[in-house]
Amino acid sequence: MATAAVGSTLTTSRRAKDRLFTVVLWTCGILAVLPLLFIAAYVIGKGLKALNAAFFTQTPEPPGVPGGGIKQSFIGTAIIVGIAIAIAVPLGVISAVYVSEYGRGRLAGAIRFVSEILLSTPSIVAGAFIWALVVVALGNFSAFAAGLALTVLMWPIITRATEEVLRLVPHDLREGSLALGVPRWKTILRVVIPTAGAGIFTAIMLAVARGLGETAPILLTSLGNDFVNTHPLPPTDAVTLRVYNYAQVPLENLHPIAWGGAIMLLGGVLLLSITARILSTRQQRRMR
Amino acid sequence: MRDRTEAERRPDIHLPEPTPGGANGDGRGAGGIEVSGLSAWFGPNQVLTDINVGAEVKEVTAVIGPSGCGKSTLIRCLNRMHEEIRGARVSGKVLFDGQDIYASDVDAVDVRRRIGMVFQRPNPFPTMSVVDNAVAGLKLGGHLSKSELRERGEKALRAAGLWEEVKDRLGEPGGKLSGGQQQRLCIARALAVQPEVLLMDEPCSSLDPASTLRIEELIDELKAHYTLVIVTHNMQQAARVADWTMFMLLGELVEFGPTSKIFTSPDDKRTEDYVEGRFG
Repeated sequence: MATAAVGSTLTTSRRAKDRLFTVVLWTCGILAVLPLLFIAAYVIGKGLKALNAAFFTQTPEPPGVPGGGIKQSFIGTAIIVGIAIAIAVPLGVISAVYVSEYGRGRLAGAIRFVSEILLSTPSIVAGAFIWALVVVALGNFSAFAAGLALTVLMWPIITRATEEVLRLVPHDLREGSLALGVPRWKTILRVVIPTAGAGIFTAIMLAVARGLGETAPILLTSLGNDFVNTHPLPPTDAVTLRVYNYAQVPLENLHPIAWGGAIMLLGGVLLLSITARILSTRQQRRMR
Repeated sequence: MRDRTEAERRPDIHLPEPTPGGANGDGRGAGGIEVSGLSAWFGPNQVLTDINVGAEVKEVTAVIGPSGCGKSTLIRCLNRMHEEIRGARVSGKVLFDGQDIYASDVDAVDVRRRIGMVFQRPNPFPTMSVVDNAVAGLKLGGHLSKSELRERGEKALRAAGLWEEVKDRLGEPGGKLSGGQQQRLCIARALAVQPEVLLMDEPCSSLDPASTLRIEELIDELKAHYTLVIVTHNMQQAARVADWTMFMLLGELVEFGPTSKIFTSPDDKRTEDYVEGRFG
């Protein structure tokens, strides 16, 4: 009888603890998601009305004239991020392959060290660095300089994440290929990289999401532009710059456009991150 | 070179004439292997000590011994896979057709083309289909046309006894096959590059008994065309498939001879103890 009573109180207290922790964890989860939902709702509420046809197809009107859009910002962001992708992706993947497949000496250590430092470098420092190195040398602000500044931020993300996924590729597969008389470089190119494919793509997308949302380095290197510019060497606009500028001007009609730009940025970054998430889950399933 | 017919194949039970060639590899046809004074290290640890042994052309040589005795290392030295591990080192000679595969002018890639290998765990390439896996070595190494690849793929899958089971699912990922099928796919992959020797590192240790039997039958078929060296810790398997058996202990070769002799009247006490199951 006594044992039965003890047993039942134990179960009750365990059940209560279980309940309590479930509630606490759910609350934490909800608290973590809440800010994102709140930000998204707020930005959409403020900016949705700006998202009309003119927003995407026109350049800004002179101050005081209503209407106008930020077409040049979208084109500019695409060009700047495009330049950064063109440089950072090959560079990042190559250095990751070196560190993971060949690196044993000082160079591999140096690459790892530098990428770790860069990973935690404030983005404005990357901007200032490229300003001093490229903008001053070339004598003007440009999309090219902005692309380089974003490269400084995106390269370490791609390198580190790609190295991680290359290490996840089972050693058995490399040996299987080498044992067939396939040279090492071809084994890496045709067996190792394709096996890590989705993971590498995920790394690239996360890096692009980071580049897409940067303001300070672009401000210091590309300055901005009210007109459409498709050449890499003159100053070029970007969505983040436009949001930054319009948010602080004392012209009421420009504020919704800034919020509209913020919606587009938020949407772009969310889309990239979610796609990256889905791809990396799939990759993990395949590796198992 | 590979014109031995079905009728000439050895019966299942036989007592091969012990005719090991000289240390220089003389008296052996294409595809024979002669190991002389081979030692191997992982970093500072010596794992093989002065091995002198041979593998006869178109016969099956089994390597047996307790775990950690250097069986796998030995066969990985036979196609220069040992050196793919960081810090690994080899000294001594491995003569293949009288040529030392560790000579400075020999390329490991060429060695591996002629001396193929099947691993302990099936390792089909997960990004490739069944048929692409079968011809992976050809595809990554050569310039064959699509129709040639397809033909060689079918031939290799047939040789590995897998064709009938996979002919309707050639486009599926290689990883979708069962474990035993995956291992035969890996054998097909190794055969497709037309090696002269096939090394097998415990090819059945991760398979169920039915798949193991299937692979053993395959080994028996393959020896008509290939020199085979198989590492196994299953003594019954060595007794069933091998013409020759070598017994290794603590990185040294204890005894090498015809399988029947090793299992019935070994010269060395340690061999006798091992095959009778007293240790290991």
